[in-house]
Amino acid sequence: MKIAVLSGKGGTGKTLISVNLAASAKESIYIDCDVEEPNGHLFFKPENIQSEEISIKVPTVDEKLCNGCRKCIDFCKFNALAYIINKPKVFNEVCHSCGGCVLFCPEKALSEKEIIIGEIQSGISENVAVLTGILNAGEKSGIPIIKKLLKDTHENKFTFIDCPPGSACIVMDSIKDADYCILVAEPTLFGVHNLNMVYELVKLFNKPHGAVLNKCMEGENPSEKFCLEKDIKIIGKIPFEQELGTLNSKALVLVRQNNKYRDMFSSLLQIVTKEVQI
Amino acid sequence: MKIAIPVNDKSMEASVCDSFGRTPYYLIYDTESNESVFLDNSAVASQGGAGIKAAQTVVDNKVNALLTPRCGENAAEVIKAANIQLYKTINDSLKDNIDAFNEGKLSLLEEIHAGFHGHGGR
Amino acid sequence: MKQLLILSGKGGTGKTTIASAFIKLAKAKVYADCDVDAPNLHLVMNQSAEAKRSNYYGLPKAVINPKLCVQCDLCLQNCRFDAIQVGLDYQVDDYACEGCGVCESICPVGAIFSKPVLTGELMLYLDDAIFSTAQLRMGSGNSGMLVTEVKKQMRTAAITDHDLAIIDGSPGIGCPVIASISGVDMVLIVAEPSVSGISDMERIIKTAAKFQTRTAICINKFDTNIENTVIIESFCQKFNLPFAGRIPFDPDVVKAINRGQSIVDMDCEAGRATKNIFDKTIKILFQESLG
Ligand code: SF4
Ligand code: SF4
Ligand code: SF4
Ligand code: SF4
Repeated sequence: MKIAVLSGKGGTGKTLISVNLAASAKESIYIDCDVEEPNGHLFFKPENIQSEEISIKVPTVDEKLCNGCRKCIDFCKFNALAYIINKPKVFNEVCHSCGGCVLFCPEKALSEKEIIIGEIQSGISENVAVLTGILNAGEKSGIPIIKKLLKDTHENKFTFIDCPPGSACIVMDSIKDADYCILVAEPTLFGVHNLNMVYELVKLFNKPHGAVLNKCMEGENPSEKFCLEKDIKIIGKIPFEQELGTLNSKALVLVRQNNKYRDMFSSLLQIVTKEVQI
Repeated sequence: MKIAIPVNDKSMEASVCDSFGRTPYYLIYDTESNESVFLDNSAVASQGGAGIKAAQTVVDNKVNALLTPRCGENAAEVIKAANIQLYKTINDSLKDNIDAFNEGKLSLLEEIHAGFHGHGGR
Repeated sequence: MKQLLILSGKGGTGKTTIASAFIKLAKAKVYADCDVDAPNLHLVMNQSAEAKRSNYYGLPKAVINPKLCVQCDLCLQNCRFDAIQVGLDYQVDDYACEGCGVCESICPVGAIFSKPVLTGELMLYLDDAIFSTAQLRMGSGNSGMLVTEVKKQMRTAAITDHDLAIIDGSPGIGCPVIASISGVDMVLIVAEPSVSGISDMERIIKTAAKFQTRTAICINKFDTNIENTVIIESFCQKFNLPFAGRIPFDPDVVKAINRGQSIVDMDCEAGRATKNIFDKTIKILFQESLG
């Protein structure tokens, strides 16, 4: 069972919720797809870490074979190639690894080499297998890492996917195979706007979904109103509490610290499980 | 000597454009014959790698020097690989900069910004 | 026109709240929202007139003409992005397609062509102030380019001379942020006193330095972690970065936002602190223009 946790913006509690749900299950997998700023591992502090490098393919030129026809330069839609002093030059950071230049070079002067863009770390934190995707600083696209992360999942275990913020394609890749999506929302007008974005996204993909309202305080909650209007099922509410904030800022897993939170997330997990089975 | 400058208009009265990669035009100027040619920048609408494509235009015109207010990392790499000197403009007046260049008053551009990384495409 | 950009690293630090307060305080006639993935500024600025909307097209994507396709499978075999799908016909998945053009070149019967795809919408409000903003469409990349467009739209609209433009920047530290910084006169970083907040701040400072852009720092919700607040302040001292002030955590902020108000419309602690930061920031911004 794959459950994706997403929110329109960072800082809404996406990681808090996915981490604690994963920790509440008897046995689970937690996948951090926020490859630009993975934070889940800070909470889980996994052990027995194994890492696997993730690479992409970029072209390289065999100058002896190149006849200077410039077909590769003209082909590349991303302007990742330039022709300088009688040879093509490749800009790895701009290349999208489409393979086109290699395919179409009439002299077979181009071939591909692998360059490393990041890694996947896997480790164990008590009942949770923790998978973290890390994109190296300066690399532009984490998609290859996310694709690989999601490949390694088992159908029969609880799998929680901590999605990147926003609604860009990188998020789409994260939720594509999910059985259920949890939308995390803050109780402000901004929160509503951001919730609406991810709501549109799950609707587009026809994913069963529910909302968790985070940082709930006394008084009006525009996100709650929005959920009622749009008929989004509210599957949980997490209060705004000093204690929770402190534990969280110390990077501790709430459900491992205190019974109150264990109960809170266990019942949230039960609701989610039920929702998925419908 | 042939020099290239990104400009906002096709005229010698034009101002120097802020962005090398996304300038609408280039002036290619010959300091010996005073000949000037304005080129359209085909990279202006590119989604990514504009700097590289723009630099390619400059390289293909066999200029000896490029005068620009700033320059991205990738474009600078193309320019340098082609042995073209990179100078920093002093203000946005085309004439002032050409004069300053002729008098040897321009300094080399040292600050290269990290560029937009091809805008990710994703 | 001096352009002031407000940035924060990860979202949720109150960047937009502060930007909207600054716009009110400065009575700014020109401003923009560069957070094209999740624009929020228009929610609190109460525009009276409708926005002028224009479409924004990104990189073209591939389309297959089923009438010409002979189902040779070459496009599928060569697309690196798994964007070709086979149902009854061969089709392109718009969200996966990166527009690389490989399939178009490889198709033996010329059944594939590329079409521009709508990737976002630019909005320009022109009532009593010029307000430029945009919304990226779901599942589109290229937010950096759209950010550049937002700023261009703002500058082009501001034909008469204005002293000041306030820009609400993009979140994160990546490409849209670089696009936000390019060409502005000063960056104000809204830092959060957390470990990740500090590392984001350092990365933005580095980027701004590459553009030789003046940078000042302020701290939001400083009382949520005094230790880290002190770390940020001494960091500023060490690197000689102007420190513009601290804003306390204040539940009134949420109330103001939910009423569609700015925090300086209300008499609250956070509002007063923001006012002080505003005064300092403006001083730094215009001081620099003399030197
Ligand atoms: S297509 Fe091949 S032969 Fe032609 S310029 Fe490129 S590398 Fe050289
Ligand atoms: S692999 Fe594709 S993106 Fe990379 S250089 Fe070749 S044509 Fe350009
Ligand atoms: S343009 Fe490139 S990414 Fe898009 S379908 Fe064709 S081969 Fe695949
Ligand atoms: S390459 Fe052309 S003819 Fe072959 S399957 Fe693709 S679209 Fe059809």
